[in-house]
Amino acid sequence: MKRDGKDITLWSIAITLVLIFALVPVLWLLSLSLKPPEQVADGRIIPETFSLDSYKSLFEGGFDESPFLHPLVNSIVIALITTVIAITLAAFTAYAIARLEFPGKRLILAGALAIAMFPPVSIVGPLFDMWRSFGIYDTYPGLIIPYLTFSLPLAIYVLTAFFREIPWDLEQAAQVDGATPYQAFTKVIMPLAAPGIFTAAILVFIFCWNDFVFAISLTSSNNSRTVPAALAFFTGESTFTEPTGSIAAAAILVTIPIIVLVLIFQRRIVSGLTAGAVKG
Amino acid sequence: MEASAEKAPAKVSSRTRSERKLAWMLCAPAVIVMLLVTAYPIGYSIVLSLQKLDLRFPDQTEFVGVSNYGTVLSSELWWTDVFNTVFIVLISVAIELVLGMAIAMVMNRAIFGRGVVRTSVLIPYGIITVVAAFAWQFAFASESGFVNHLPFVSEEFNWFGGRFSSFAIIIAAEVWKTTPFMALLLLAGLVTIDNQLYEAAKVDGASAWQRFTKITLPLMKPAILVALLFRTLEGFRVFDSIFIMTRGALETESISILGFNQLISRLNLGLGSTVSVLLFVIVVIVSAIFIKGFGVKVEEGRPGG
Repeated sequence: MKRDGKDITLWSIAITLVLIFALVPVLWLLSLSLKPPEQVADGRIIPETFSLDSYKSLFEGGFDESPFLHPLVNSIVIALITTVIAITLAAFTAYAIARLEFPGKRLILAGALAIAMFPPVSIVGPLFDMWRSFGIYDTYPGLIIPYLTFSLPLAIYVLTAFFREIPWDLEQAAQVDGATPYQAFTKVIMPLAAPGIFTAAILVFIFCWNDFVFAISLTSSNNSRTVPAALAFFTGESTFTEPTGSIAAAAILVTIPIIVLVLIFQRRIVSGLTAGAVKG
Repeated sequence: MEASAEKAPAKVSSRTRSERKLAWMLCAPAVIVMLLVTAYPIGYSIVLSLQKLDLRFPDQTEFVGVSNYGTVLSSELWWTDVFNTVFIVLISVAIELVLGMAIAMVMNRAIFGRGVVRTSVLIPYGIITVVAAFAWQFAFASESGFVNHLPFVSEEFNWFGGRFSSFAIIIAAEVWKTTPFMALLLLAGLVTIDNQLYEAAKVDGASAWQRFTKITLPLMKPAILVALLFRTLEGFRVFDSIFIMTRGALETESISILGFNQLISRLNLGLGSTVSVLLFVIVVIVSAIFIKGFGVKVEEGRPGG
């Protein structure tokens, strides 16, 4: 392809447009979060003076009083537990689908896909009612269980796509050498599958981190409320102040780790997101 | 079905049998979790939707048959919310498709800076939907936002003061958040197209537009349909952005918001479940249209992130 001046100009314009589109909303949150509370409403794109007051307000009162700390811990713990369980169960299933012949294989894949498309609001009512009678309303398991259900299809699809690429001759070789199918799975295949498992884990974590519908429906206090739900209930310092600054600060704090994760593992995430999207 | 075809050989060797047993044991935990938390509750939803059941007045619970469906389907609110949801889905998915295609082509044809583009489009993907909604709401807020201070925008305009200007921001937030996923799905289809096709068409004197409509679009049809199916179904659940920006005020409610309000805010499990079941039915119908009508091969697809 000729790289003349016109091409480069057009390309630079295209890149700039994409960058503006992707970054401006985040930069605006960053700008709001760094404004001193009395300047939050001044509408300036770049803060006149910089201040960390909005960030400090998030941590005031320690673990029990702060509007942010407890939900942050909840978000991290719930997302991590879900990720570990979902990846374990999905790895077994994906292995069976990628490797073994059995009736019902396609039914499982189709069913998983159907569940991934399921509207959460359709089951939030029954879960609300059931969780209250089981006593797990407003607890970690109350959120982990629905998150598992909705992240399993994602994990199964990503892992199946990765597992299909693994050189399975090695597994047979191990079995010829006397390993049981179980040993062949844990000793030979698991290490080879690690990159795929890691990718699926990131996607499941992001899914749990992002959920809002279950988080506001199945919790009622900061004991188990996750960050997205807590953000929706943020209040200002007084009845007359909007919590804009502190919401922006909290939003930036929960966004940074995900952006770092995305930047470091972008190739893996792209391959995971598009796994199985095209046959080939 | 699939199972009967595989059952054909009457004698199943013991190795095959043990393989099947292992496969089912491996799949069982995930399948059970998925079924318990979806199939059972949706069944329970149907049962609830046939009852008059308000948790604030549990003594008045009674079986009322399909009368809740009559109440919902004859209410103006339901049809307003159906319109709102369909409106948001159609507009946002259409914009996402065009933008996603453009970004996919930019990434595919990168002269330089491919990494920068990929990195920056992945950022919206990683951001919590609620955070994205706040970012857009704060940008357009009439006093503290920056949009009203831009040239050509009236400083007094209240974006959240009207139904369709609110929709514009809600749709913008949805589009911003989900276009990266669309672009990546389309890019995966785009890279499989053989470049020689374009070269040959160029030699034959096809214009850039002709190459796009005669080569790119037809070859990408499967990838486009899968992306549209996933995004459309996801769109029908639209909840987070509306909840954050307007809480459904000024007739901006979606079906999911209506269901949530009935179920969780008003504790009216009967009517709320009716809305839930109807939303489920809509999603099933839309999937059926895509799969039967457009011939989408869902096995080639994958659940959305």
